[in-house]
Amino acid sequence: MSLDILVCVKRVPAPGAKVPLTEDGRDIDTRHLGFTIGPHEECAVEEAVRLVDKHGGSATVLAAGPPEVAEQVRYALAMGANQGVVVDTGEDELDPQATAAAIVHAVGELDTSFDLIMVGNESADAGHYQVGVRVATELGRPVVGGIKGIDVLDGSVRLRRDVGSATEVYELPLPAVVAVKEGLNLPRYPSLPGRLKAKKAQLRTVSYRPEPGGLRKIRLRQPEDNRAESVLLGHGAAAAPAVVDVLEELGVC
Amino acid sequence: MLILAVKVDEHPAWADAVGVARGLTDDVHAVVFDASAVDELPKQGIRVAHVVEHEVLGDYAPEAYGEALAQLVKQVQPSAVVAPGSEKGNEVLAHLAARAGLPLAANCTQVGGTGRPWQLTRIRGGGMLLEDAELDASCGLFTVQPGAGPSNGTAPVDAVDVHRFTPELAAELARTRVVDRAEREAGVSLATAEVVVSGGRGVGSADGYKTLEELAELLGGAVGCSRVATNNGWRPHSDQVGLTGTKIAPKLYIACGISGATQHWVGCMDAKAILAVNTDPEAPMMTRSTYSVVGDLHEVLPAVIDEIRARGRVDQASG
Ligand SMILES: Cc1cc2nc3c(=O)[nH]c(=O)nc-3n(C[C@H](O)[C@H](O)[C@H](O)COP(=O)(O)OP(=O)(O)OC[C@H]3O[C@@H](n4cnc5c(N)ncnc54)[C@H](O)[C@@H]3O)c2cc1C
Ligand SMILES: Nc1ncnc2c1ncn2[C@@H]1O[C@H](COP(=O)(O)O)[C@@H](O)[C@H]1O
Repeated sequence: MSLDILVCVKRVPAPGAKVPLTEDGRDIDTRHLGFTIGPHEECAVEEAVRLVDKHGGSATVLAAGPPEVAEQVRYALAMGANQGVVVDTGEDELDPQATAAAIVHAVGELDTSFDLIMVGNESADAGHYQVGVRVATELGRPVVGGIKGIDVLDGSVRLRRDVGSATEVYELPLPAVVAVKEGLNLPRYPSLPGRLKAKKAQLRTVSYRPEPGGLRKIRLRQPEDNRAESVLLGHGAAAAPAVVDVLEELGVC
Repeated sequence: MLILAVKVDEHPAWADAVGVARGLTDDVHAVVFDASAVDELPKQGIRVAHVVEHEVLGDYAPEAYGEALAQLVKQVQPSAVVAPGSEKGNEVLAHLAARAGLPLAANCTQVGGTGRPWQLTRIRGGGMLLEDAELDASCGLFTVQPGAGPSNGTAPVDAVDVHRFTPELAAELARTRVVDRAEREAGVSLATAEVVVSGGRGVGSADGYKTLEELAELLGGAVGCSRVATNNGWRPHSDQVGLTGTKIAPKLYIACGISGATQHWVGCMDAKAILAVNTDPEAPMMTRSTYSVVGDLHEVLPAVIDEIRARGRVDQASG
């Protein structure tokens, strides 16, 4: 069966070893950082592209946020998605209720009625663990999270999720929402032709200012790191005896 | 003030959720979907349990769990509901939140105040940052980050007053439910291993992990890796440590050729000790570790393996 798939991706900062904060502590200072989509969502895009290759249909990518989210939408297009949607919600970071409302609004504006909506299990920066469930509930669709395997059957999807030492299987009727995790597949790097095509692609923009929800961010803080200074055990192979001394001390060998 | 503490599975963060609730009020009721879980409650000082019963709830069914909770909340009118910040705890409370139209703060390390608004601290990016936030709602919904509960125990109680609650669930809700379950093969699991020998870009190839596997085997540990290794196809994703991989807390984490990006660091920062091996002494993993060795991992690790074997032979000879 052919499938129309929507993948929701979030633009997130990609910090290195330190996460710089703005002076008022309200946000990450992104002046010197790049942006990306979370790994769970990258796998969602990859899976959507593969499912469309296999079953036919279309893969649409949607990101809500400031207009700059277009960069992440184009990245997903470069990976092979067919259409891109920017939901312009203004500069401020939205709470999860407002994010879900924006996505639901945009879905209503589009002409496609999606068989499958894919989201990440949690966003890489905020990790609210709920936008997908809120979207699904609002649309009256079933949803499961933590998914690392998807098979499309006739009119339903079979989903696998790892829980402890077991794998759970779910079977949801379509249309459905699935929240996926990294490990679902190995996402491709966009090809050069893919990138060029994505650069020129026409994106659909939906502007929407949702009502704020009930969770209000006040400030961000660095967690305490009270580890003592690192003890240098030596250089190269000559450090081996000192290393094994430590292993013995720790009782691991 | 009444708080409901929801138990969704066997995750240990359940105790953290109860602890956080009890920090706010003495009036904490448990909500369980499995009647046999009631036996555990007196030890945790819980006097009242709501046992949710319905044929749709026989196995884990997130949508139906959430709907049942929404109906229970309507009936009991608690000030707040807490659940473990585990995968399923977060999932079930998200369903409750969506169905009840309430805000939800996930992975809280602290909850304070008396509501309208609540003050809370939650983790972002798997622990990269802390967020102070306010949550304003008729009923506060929180999941509690594993390990965030208070460590002081509570006095046990003699008996639990059991209230049975049977929600009205449309048959349709059975659509989101476990239909099959399979055990996966067990080795030394990354999540529970006492020692994890982990490798990143510095390992250079899939083949390069043979040395790490050898060392892990000698130490009875597991092999881990960074996202670069997974993305390059050198290791399966199940080996990945970090924000979008596994979060571990072994006795010893040996990080070889891993720079220590925050997204990796949050996965290993709870290790009791970290030994970093890196050619770059300034790599963040080297400066934040407990012990460090400056050098090429392809020289350091074989020498360590030889040294362990040599000492083993001496021990056997003398013992
Ligand atoms: C949203 C998001 C989520 C992410 N989630 C994760 C995650 O879950 N886990 C994760 O690991 N990463 C994650 N990442 C990626 C992360 O940001 C880093 O890119 C990644 O951890 C770097 O891997 P690395 O340390 O192996 O590689 P590099 O950063 O390239 O470091 C390689 C290190 O190896 C050293 N080295 C090189 N050769 C040798 C040698 N012969 N001997 C010894 N040392 C040597 C170098 O000095 C360097 O320090 C995520 C990123 C984002 C944006
Ligand atoms: N601003 C956004 N735009 C598009 N999708 C989003 C946005 N925020 C969250 N999502 C999706 O919802 C998932 C869960 O997010 P969260 O509830 O914040 O953990 C993410 O992995 C995305 O797939």
